[in-house]
Amino acid sequence: MKNLISNLDKTFESRIRLGIMSVLSVNETYDFNSLKETLQVTDGNLASHLKALEKAGMIQVEKQFINRKPNTSYSATEKGLAAFRQHIAALENLIGIH
Amino acid sequence: MNNEINSLEDIKAIRKIMEESTRFLSLSGLSGVLAGIAALAGALIAWLFIDDSWSLMGVAAVVLVLSLSVAFWLSVKKAKREGKHFWTPVSKKMLVHLFIPLVTGGILAVVFMSQGNMQLVVPVFLIFYGLALVNAAKYTLGEIFYLGILEIITGLVLTIFPGWWLIGWSFGFGILHVVYGLVMYGKYGR
Repeated sequence: MKNLISNLDKTFESRIRLGIMSVLSVNETYDFNSLKETLQVTDGNLASHLKALEKAGMIQVEKQFINRKPNTSYSATEKGLAAFRQHIAALENLIGIH
Repeated sequence: MNNEINSLEDIKAIRKIMEESTRFLSLSGLSGVLAGIAALAGALIAWLFIDDSWSLMGVAAVVLVLSLSVAFWLSVKKAKREGKHFWTPVSKKMLVHLFIPLVTGGILAVVFMSQGNMQLVVPVFLIFYGLALVNAAKYTLGEIFYLGILEIITGLVLTIFPGWWLIGWSFGFGILHVVYGLVMYGKYGR
């Protein structure tokens, strides 16, 4: 049992971080505002979770200008995708889906 | 036990977000029914009153623009009702994938018409409309794929029997849309 739980990644404990990884695992890139709308969270809240995931090396950030407006887009790193897959597998193990 | 419930909730949330961020699910079934009725009305007008090809093209264009506007308007309303946004990265992707074959088919239809190849206009447009639906189905309700296949088959059959174009139009744009719209309405709501 202890082994099962240790496979759960602490980085993904928050529901918002799980949400971010869910979106980025099935979309190549996603911009800040669309993430905010999809997950229905506030700017500050989303920004802090994105920062944490970026620090952990799970996602990467790309800042650019579209029509002179700043646009920040996010994508999952290889490491992030692998960690997320392992986290899902651990969750499924816990509830007995194989 | 508590852990198990949390894990289950997490998995459910993950699946929902993955689906919602890859498919535009607020497509309105009612708009399909209305588009079908518009196409049938167009066919009736064409049958009763119209004998030159350019006015026929006009009727077809009005039906198309009317159907797309109603589909757009009802889908925006549906998204709003479900507390979602209409303009998302995935709805934009769906529209791009829908319009590339659709516009290509429209241009081809006009070219054929100006060259006097009347017989090919309706079948070619049906085929390209079907391809547009098959293409867009990856980003919206999966059932649209089968509607697309049926439109392509209707178009192909019509290239063999081009004299039946009015029946092909009524079936492809009219009846298929009404039936599909009703099925979608029943399954996913207005």
